[in-house]
Amino acid sequence: MSEIDRQINPTGAPVEVTIILPHRGYRTLALGMMWRARELVVLLASRDVKIRYKQTILGGLWAIIHPIVTMIVFTILFGRMAGLPSDGSPYPIFVFAGILPWQLFASALSQSSNSLVANQNLFTKVYFPRLLLPISSLVVAMVDFALALLVLIALMAWYGVMPTWAVLTLPIWLLLALASALAAGLWFSALNALYRDVVHVVPFITQLLFFLTPVVYSSSLVSDKWKLVYGLNPMAGVVEGFRWALLPSAPAPGALVAVSACVVVVALVTGLLFFARMEDTFADVV
Amino acid sequence: MNDVAIKVENLGKRYQLGQRNATTLREAVGHLGRRLLGRGRNEAAAGPVAGEEESRKHIWAIRDMNFEIRRGDVVGIIGRNGAGKSTLLKILSQVTVPTLGRAVIHGRVGSLLEVGTGFHPELSGRENVFLNGAILGMSRADIRRRFDDIVAFAELARFIDTPVKRYSSGMYTRLAFAVAAHLDPEILIIDEVLAVGDLSFQKKCLGKMDQVARGGRTILFVSHSMQSVQSLCQSAILLEGGRVSLTGTATEVVGEYRRRTAERAAQGASLAERTDRGGTGAARVVDVVVRDADLRATQWVTTDEPCHIDLHYQANEPVENIQPGLGLDTPGGLRALTLFGDFTGHAFSAPAGQGVLRCRIERLNLRPDRYSISAFLGNRHGAFDVIEYAGELEVTDSSYYSTGHYPDDSQGPMIQRHDWSHPSADSTLEGRGGQSADTSINHLPMERQQQ
Repeated sequence: MSEIDRQINPTGAPVEVTIILPHRGYRTLALGMMWRARELVVLLASRDVKIRYKQTILGGLWAIIHPIVTMIVFTILFGRMAGLPSDGSPYPIFVFAGILPWQLFASALSQSSNSLVANQNLFTKVYFPRLLLPISSLVVAMVDFALALLVLIALMAWYGVMPTWAVLTLPIWLLLALASALAAGLWFSALNALYRDVVHVVPFITQLLFFLTPVVYSSSLVSDKWKLVYGLNPMAGVVEGFRWALLPSAPAPGALVAVSACVVVVALVTGLLFFARMEDTFADVV
Repeated sequence: MNDVAIKVENLGKRYQLGQRNATTLREAVGHLGRRLLGRGRNEAAAGPVAGEEESRKHIWAIRDMNFEIRRGDVVGIIGRNGAGKSTLLKILSQVTVPTLGRAVIHGRVGSLLEVGTGFHPELSGRENVFLNGAILGMSRADIRRRFDDIVAFAELARFIDTPVKRYSSGMYTRLAFAVAAHLDPEILIIDEVLAVGDLSFQKKCLGKMDQVARGGRTILFVSHSMQSVQSLCQSAILLEGGRVSLTGTATEVVGEYRRRTAERAAQGASLAERTDRGGTGAARVVDVVVRDADLRATQWVTTDEPCHIDLHYQANEPVENIQPGLGLDTPGGLRALTLFGDFTGHAFSAPAGQGVLRCRIERLNLRPDRYSISAFLGNRHGAFDVIEYAGELEVTDSSYYSTGHYPDDSQGPMIQRHDWSHPSADSTLEGRGGQSADTSINHLPMERQQQ
């Protein structure tokens, strides 16, 4: 519960008055505080990015090797052998355009879920809005995503696939993917501080969600009456939207996206409230 | 404009004992539900519920704490381990929230509960300075402005772009300290961070802090070292069992604390069981034995005679390069003598287990008095154990000054062989046949002449 008291001290500068009470309330959500801590977000994120590929031979190449190899395997397995439809795009591009947002989500989720526990040596010694931790941990996933996006662009050029004006909506889908990851990350990171079971739960849930997300298959396989239920998985809407933004032959996502967006908003708001509510106890229980 | 920097009112902090392990999922869900509905808050606000089960599960680290600190004061907080010092600092640094009461802080707070918070081994010194500075609350512009000073202070200019994992741990601490020393808040909260780092650098940091304090900043300083509390702080707060037990000038409070500690030590808590000690605990002093010239255990030692002080230790892990240290303090709390392996260039390695380190004192040039012995075990990188009142050494008189006179406690703790002459008078007298003619000899009989 911090506020700037406008009392004037002899030097003429306002004196900052901090009142420490048993409960901080929802102070972590104060935007002013987050804004003042923005440099720390950048530094924490750049620390995570810098150390991610330290002492590796291939370094940042790992960020593209992973999706490329996954794409090749999926193309052989699901495109060739299983013959899954790809809405009129070459299967490799179809599946790569699904892998990209999925991996952004999956890696952002796992990083942010672990962010409190991984940084406990920080926040048990210094106060800063704890919300910075799950937020800054999204950045690493975004860097990997940016590198892999270059590969997708190259791949599209190779196959001669030109995106339409829909490509302008790309930022919306990215934002939605990050918001989904953060929403779940807020819940999981707060719970993880209390119960380390979360470490085992997150990969499991991620794996289940993968099958409920149209990465290797097209959502056109899902019958219309189940489409809206299917959209409860926010990543279903994100992947659909992402494909539509990049691939000219992909169908426009319909009501499914609206359902996904609503789920994300609800999960994000409740996640923020839950996180802020739990914040007071993190340092004591982690 | 009031000049109160920190005001603490009825502050209390309750911790749950043991692991917060919900035995069943149902319990966990119920617990979470209560938290979400905010019922947990009412429970806490309703005050200490003294049910039997309640007290078994919880412990009050701090309770009913009230005090006020004025702007510009440098205040030492002392007390035994578990007295609530660290919890208090954590609350004032906002790392954790109190269970009851409130604290009001006027001014920007910088807190230093640990040196090098957030240092990452893979990052270079430069990157860590920026990260650590930002974590401690400095803006990037601040850090950039002070960067050269920080590097110069740490004496690491050549290695600033090397990953800190390649640093020796001395270099690592120096860099971390340098960042902390350049924090510029109005109120500085410091936990016992000076217990690490090599001694000369510690001194430099203390000097820097002293400088900061003179700049009119308010400082709250927790330490096990009574010496630094006395030399840095004007006033002090003694905590006992989570409450403020005494406030006053640093000299008064430290004196009283020493008195109580000595009393407690005298009541026979064995050294091994005492908890009012600092250091990492890699090795602990479990007994201090004074021996005479022939290695017989003794309570007293005669001035000017050889003696030995044995430090019995228990190493909980194999430790390298232990430098043992002994401090002899006068009953007034002044350091009379420090005996330290670092001075003499002695360091020992010990496997896990019990052992003895022996200090031989060639001639004990201390005036007769009862000295309390503080013991130290550590190496260049930090302290394993620091304990005051680990033992007592009674120095009895000999015929050192054959007059039987010794300095009193206002004349210093040392005795030293010396004699007197009167050269200005001698030069005129000498020609006429010698010093025996000097009448001053009658007033100041020279020991050597009498022997």
